[in-house]
Amino acid sequence: MKNVIFAGVGGQGVILASKVLMETARKKGYDIKESEVHGMAQRGGSVDCHIRFGKETFSPLIPRGGADFVICLELLESMRKLEYLHKDSVLIVNKEQINPAPVEIGAMEYPSDIEAWLKKNFASTITVDTTDVLKDVGTKKALNIVMIGCLSKFLEFEEKDWIESIKTLINEKFLEQNLKAFQLGRELIKK
Amino acid sequence: MTQKIMLGNEAIARGAWEAGCRVATGYPGTPSTEIIETIARDYSEIKSQWSPNEKVALEVAAGAAIAGARSIATMKHVGLNVAADPLFTFSYTGVNAGLVIINADDPGAWSSQNEQDNRHLAKAAKLPMLDPSDPAEAKEFTKIAFKMSEEFDRSVIVRITTRIAHSQALVNIGERENVPLKDFVRDPKKYVMIPAHARPRHVFVEQQLIKLKDYSNESGLNKIEWRSKKRGIITNGVAYHYVRETCPDDSILKIGMVWPLPDKLIKEFASQVEELYAVEELDPFIEDYVKSLGIKITGKEIIPICNELTPEIVDKAMNKREAPPATPQYEGNIPGRPPGLCKGCPHAFVFNVLKKHNYVVNGDIGCYTLGVLPPYSSMHSQGCMGASIGMHMGFEKARGDEMARNSVAVIGDSTFIHSGITGLIDLVYNKGTGTVIILDNRITAMTGHQNNPASGKTLSGEPTYELDLAMLSKACGVNRVTVIDPRDTELLEKTITEEVAAKEPSVIIAKRKCILIK
Repeated sequence: MKNVIFAGVGGQGVILASKVLMETARKKGYDIKESEVHGMAQRGGSVDCHIRFGKETFSPLIPRGGADFVICLELLESMRKLEYLHKDSVLIVNKEQINPAPVEIGAMEYPSDIEAWLKKNFASTITVDTTDVLKDVGTKKALNIVMIGCLSKFLEFEEKDWIESIKTLINEKFLEQNLKAFQLGRELIKK
Repeated sequence: MTQKIMLGNEAIARGAWEAGCRVATGYPGTPSTEIIETIARDYSEIKSQWSPNEKVALEVAAGAAIAGARSIATMKHVGLNVAADPLFTFSYTGVNAGLVIINADDPGAWSSQNEQDNRHLAKAAKLPMLDPSDPAEAKEFTKIAFKMSEEFDRSVIVRITTRIAHSQALVNIGERENVPLKDFVRDPKKYVMIPAHARPRHVFVEQQLIKLKDYSNESGLNKIEWRSKKRGIITNGVAYHYVRETCPDDSILKIGMVWPLPDKLIKEFASQVEELYAVEELDPFIEDYVKSLGIKITGKEIIPICNELTPEIVDKAMNKREAPPATPQYEGNIPGRPPGLCKGCPHAFVFNVLKKHNYVVNGDIGCYTLGVLPPYSSMHSQGCMGASIGMHMGFEKARGDEMARNSVAVIGDSTFIHSGITGLIDLVYNKGTGTVIILDNRITAMTGHQNNPASGKTLSGEPTYELDLAMLSKACGVNRVTVIDPRDTELLEKTITEEVAAKEPSVIIAKRKCILIK
């Protein structure tokens, strides 16, 4: 069984990213369970999705210390998911910073050392700078698919399986941009 | 068999469609909202609508069922409180065509004001309740609920929780059953609950409960999975999956029909295992029932009542598993990311004024409840849908003019229509002098932008009569009604301070559409 967590901020497209992964796993015949947070998250709160796929899956929630991959669409959000990591987990983090409310109103500071701290404490941390990629794609909205591109380099599925899922799930109008986002995401991972 | 990945709520919508459902009603409420939205989007054979509140939603669905159409009403757990009045008496009338009520509990209070366990409501209303454990079952159980409803002449409640409503999984897809309209036969003894009719109907309700208990024992909705007989675990809902995952060697009695509970099956299961456990979220509902049968069972001594369960909590309780090794701890402070009013939100302009004047603010349910958090920190009471105006009146009754001249009630457009209007009528009728601010952003925003009677659009976006909140307030007897754009901050402050000072009831409608509406 594989356990994947996507984490981000409301509006970043975490749920669509999870759908692309699930659709890809579904076509390979895996049993799938997912759990997501709605509601208050729509007002700029933290969002996450737990996805589990394997021969037979039960719980839709991943236990602490049970995530094989944690994909963070925002830097700070990675810090809320550390308890899910185990020693062989891969942590892929977008370096983008989105200030939460306590930072916006000046009550707290956005920690400046997160990236360095993660790399020091979790050897398998990969941080990616998606700024140029998203400029190239032409829309920040494709960030979720860039991160799917990164993840795709680590999972057993073939490139064409992912592309097929993206085609199934994304509106034709935005398809070209998202396919490019996927490719550029793959290229961000040196592997 | 075709399989699709579906959200639990989408699966229920699909189940209703496959069951030949013709009418669907609801009031938005996390985690139930997507059921009606999915029906409106994907299943045009079903007439779907948002109602002004859950009580009306259930009444419309009950009317449709008695008139002969398979119907469904959807709501969150606290919504079923609002609909409890029709729930309890339509339990006596029974149905004609099937009536299914989807009730979404929220263990963990992810987006709710409490963690109430609505299994108690099924028992209190003497109605059968199904309790699926995942999206695939949510769809199947919805279909079964329609059949049961007609077979037993009962409305049937399907209870889901957040981890089923907002969980995606593989679901088997079927075709739509052709279920013709049933005849409506005038039968006042069944459908008009005057006391002389209600008394014999109560007897009928009790008879049906006995038949339903047999069904609960025999239908297969409750089933035993034999493994090692050293430990037996009775479990329901998503907790079943946590048990499967963490206790793979134990026998399980899986409860899929949680009321009436299967007494014979429980006795059989209990008699064959050495130790008996109940693993259930929230209250000891199953556990107390098992104890009432005189059977020893371990439950809430080790499984928490508060907050939702997780696989880890079950693992720790059942297997004494130690927590995973701690990950390195960051020594600095990680700022939280609480939800907040959006940049440019029209509600924010109002809260800036309320904060500046340090008013006591009786609040209500919606995005604007976030006014309780910094930077506004301007809400001092809030309980349930529509409560703000009644509580505001109570504050004045308790503390008199001094309080009334220093406080306001704030309530959203949809919440005012849902159940604030009666509070306003009370305020005028019983000679209150308070100020009510209706934060009218033209939409039910918190649950993800559903139209309501003041939006002038139906669920599917068709134009309809646009409820005039100013006229409505005037009709309640409020003479001082002001409609204002909250972005006109000077006028807003002047209006609020003048109206709060006035010694008669006032309504200020701060009208500006939600910043997220395009």
